[in-house]
Amino acid sequence: MTTSAAQETAGTRVMLILLTAALLIVLLVLPLVVVLAEAFRKGIPAALATLSDPDSLTAIRLTLIVAAISVPLNTVFGVSAAWCISRFRFPGRGALVTLIELPFSVSPVISGLVWVLLFGINGWLGSFLDKAGVQIIFALPGLILATVFVTFPFVARTLIPLMQEQDASEEEAAITLGATGWQTFSRVTLPNIRWGLIYGVLLCNARAMGEFGAVAVVSGHIRGQTMTMPLQVEALFNDYDWVGAFTMAGLLALLALATLAVKAALEWRIGRRGGMH
Amino acid sequence: MADRTPRGHALNVEMRGLTKSFGPTPALNAVDLTVRNGEFLAILGPSGSGKTSLLRVLAGLEFAESGTIAIGGRAMEGVPARERGVGFVFQNYALFRHMTVARNIAFGLEIRPRRLRPRAHEIRDRVASLLDLMGIGDLGGRYPDQLSGGQRQRVALARALAIEPALLLLDEPFGALDAKVRKTLRVWLKDLHDRIGLTSIFVTHDQAEAMEMADRVAVMREGRIEQVDTPDHLYLEPASAFVHEFLGEAIRLDCVVADGVARFPGLPSAVLPTSCRPGAAIALIRPYEIGFIVRPGPAHVVSVHANGPLKRVRLLIGGVGIEVLSPAEGWTPVVGENCDLELSKARVYPI
Repeated sequence: MTTSAAQETAGTRVMLILLTAALLIVLLVLPLVVVLAEAFRKGIPAALATLSDPDSLTAIRLTLIVAAISVPLNTVFGVSAAWCISRFRFPGRGALVTLIELPFSVSPVISGLVWVLLFGINGWLGSFLDKAGVQIIFALPGLILATVFVTFPFVARTLIPLMQEQDASEEEAAITLGATGWQTFSRVTLPNIRWGLIYGVLLCNARAMGEFGAVAVVSGHIRGQTMTMPLQVEALFNDYDWVGAFTMAGLLALLALATLAVKAALEWRIGRRGGMH
Repeated sequence: MADRTPRGHALNVEMRGLTKSFGPTPALNAVDLTVRNGEFLAILGPSGSGKTSLLRVLAGLEFAESGTIAIGGRAMEGVPARERGVGFVFQNYALFRHMTVARNIAFGLEIRPRRLRPRAHEIRDRVASLLDLMGIGDLGGRYPDQLSGGQRQRVALARALAIEPALLLLDEPFGALDAKVRKTLRVWLKDLHDRIGLTSIFVTHDQAEAMEMADRVAVMREGRIEQVDTPDHLYLEPASAFVHEFLGEAIRLDCVVADGVARFPGLPSAVLPTSCRPGAAIALIRPYEIGFIVRPGPAHVVSVHANGPLKRVRLLIGGVGIEVLSPAEGWTPVVGENCDLELSKARVYPI
C-alpha cells in the first residue's frame, strides 16, 4: 500500500516537474529564442547596423536616461512611503496605501493621458508652461513623469508588507543606543529590507525600461527625439523592418537579463558577507 | 574584569504628573513616582495598566501629554531618546538580526561621533568584558537566530549596558522565556544588578517575579500607581483591594461597616474593628489566614484534601463557596458538619 502510494506521489511529482518545465520553455525561453533568432536572421552585421542607426541609438540612450532617473526617484519615494505607512499611524494612512496602488489599477494609457491633460499645450498648466518656455509633453520630462507614475508602486508595494511584519523594535533599540535617524535607517532598517528592496528596484527597472502605453501617449512619436526602445521596436515593426525590430527587442531583453544578473551578483555578495537569510 | 563593568554613576528618577492617553482611555493618569539611585524597582500590573507606556515615556520612545521627568536631576523635556543615555531591554529583545552578537553589543559605541567614540581596540575589549560578565564569552560570533531565548536576553542586556547607561529599563525581561530558564535568570539578574549598582526599572505582570527581585514594587492599575512599597510591606499592608488581590490569592467576603466595625451577613460571630468608612464594603483575606473555631457555626464543610504541609478545606457560607488552607497538623474539620470561622486577619476595603 505504502509503496504504491509513494510511487503515485513520485509519478505526480515527475508530471508536475515536466509540466512546469514545458510551461517555462513555451512561455519564457521560446519567445526569447525567437526574438534573438529573428534579430540575427540576416546575420550579425545586419543586426549591428540597426543598432548603429542614429534613431536607434537615441532610443537606447533615452530608455537608459529615463530608467536612470525614474528608478532612483521611485526607490526614494517607495522607501519613504513604506517607512511612513509601516512606522506611523496618521489620519489618511489607509487612503495613502490605496493611492500608492493607483498606478497599478488604471490603464497605462490613462496614466499617460493625465500628463497630456495637465501639461499639454491645451492642458490646465500647458499655456503657462509654454509661455515660460518649458516643454514637458512630447519631450524627455514627459517621458520621465509618465514612467515615474507607472512604476511608482513597485518599491513601495514590496516593502510595505515586509516592514509591517518587522515591527519597529529594532529601530527603537538603535535609537535608545544613541543612533541618529540616518544611522538607524542605514544600519538597521536598510539591511533588514535589502532583499525586498532589491526585488522592488528590479521590478521597477524592468517596467521603467519596458513601459509602452503611458510613454507612447506623452512621447508624440518624434523619431530620433522622443522614441524610447519599446516605441522604437513598434515603429520598426510597422516599417516591416523585422531585423531592426527584433534586434531592438533582443537588446531590451538582454537589458532585463543584465538586471537579473546584477541582482544575482548582489545576492551572492551580500549573502557571503554574512547575512543569515 | 570587574573594573570594566559599568558602574559608578547610578542616577535617581523623578516622575511628576505624567499623563498620556491613547484615544479616550488614559494609558498614564497623573503618575508620580520616585526611583532612588541604585534601586531595583519593579512596575507591576495587569496588561493594559500602563506599565509599558510608562517605561517607553521614560526612555523617550513616547511622549507624555503633561507631567515632567527628571533623570539625575536633569529635566528630560525635549531631550530625544538617543540623548537620554537610558539602556532599554525590549520584551522581544529586538536584537539586530543581521549583526553578530559582538556587533550588536558594539553598536551603541560604534555609532558615536568620532570624537566621542572609543578606539577600535577599546570597543573590542568592552564587548569582550561584557560577554564575560553575561557568561556568554564564546558567543560573540553568533547571529541572534542561532541563540536560545536566555542567551538573547543576555545579549540584549549587554548591548544596553555597553553605552554605560545611567538608568536601565527592562520591559518584561522574562516574558518570552520558559519557566525553568526564567527562575535561573531572575536570580542572575538580581545578582548582576547588585554588582553593577545601576538604577534599574523593570516591568512585569508576574507578582512573584516582582516580589522576588525588586527592592521596591510600584503596582499600577488603569494608568495610575496604586501603591509603591517594599515587597514585604506591600504584601502585609496592601493599600487597596486591587493590590491585595493582585499580590496573591485572596478570599472576598461582603460586609457592612457601621460604628467602626465590619459585620458579615452570613457570619454573625465575626466582628472586625476597621477604620473603613461606613456602608457596604468588602473584606479580603488570604486562604491561609482564616482560622477555624471548633463549635457549630455558619460554615458547612464540603470537602477536605490533604495537600503537603497544608490541607485544603472547601466550605459553604450562606451558599457561597470558599477554599481555606490550614496547617495539616491542626484541627481537621469533619465533612458534612458545621463550624465557625475566625477572620481577624481580614482587611476591609470600601467598595
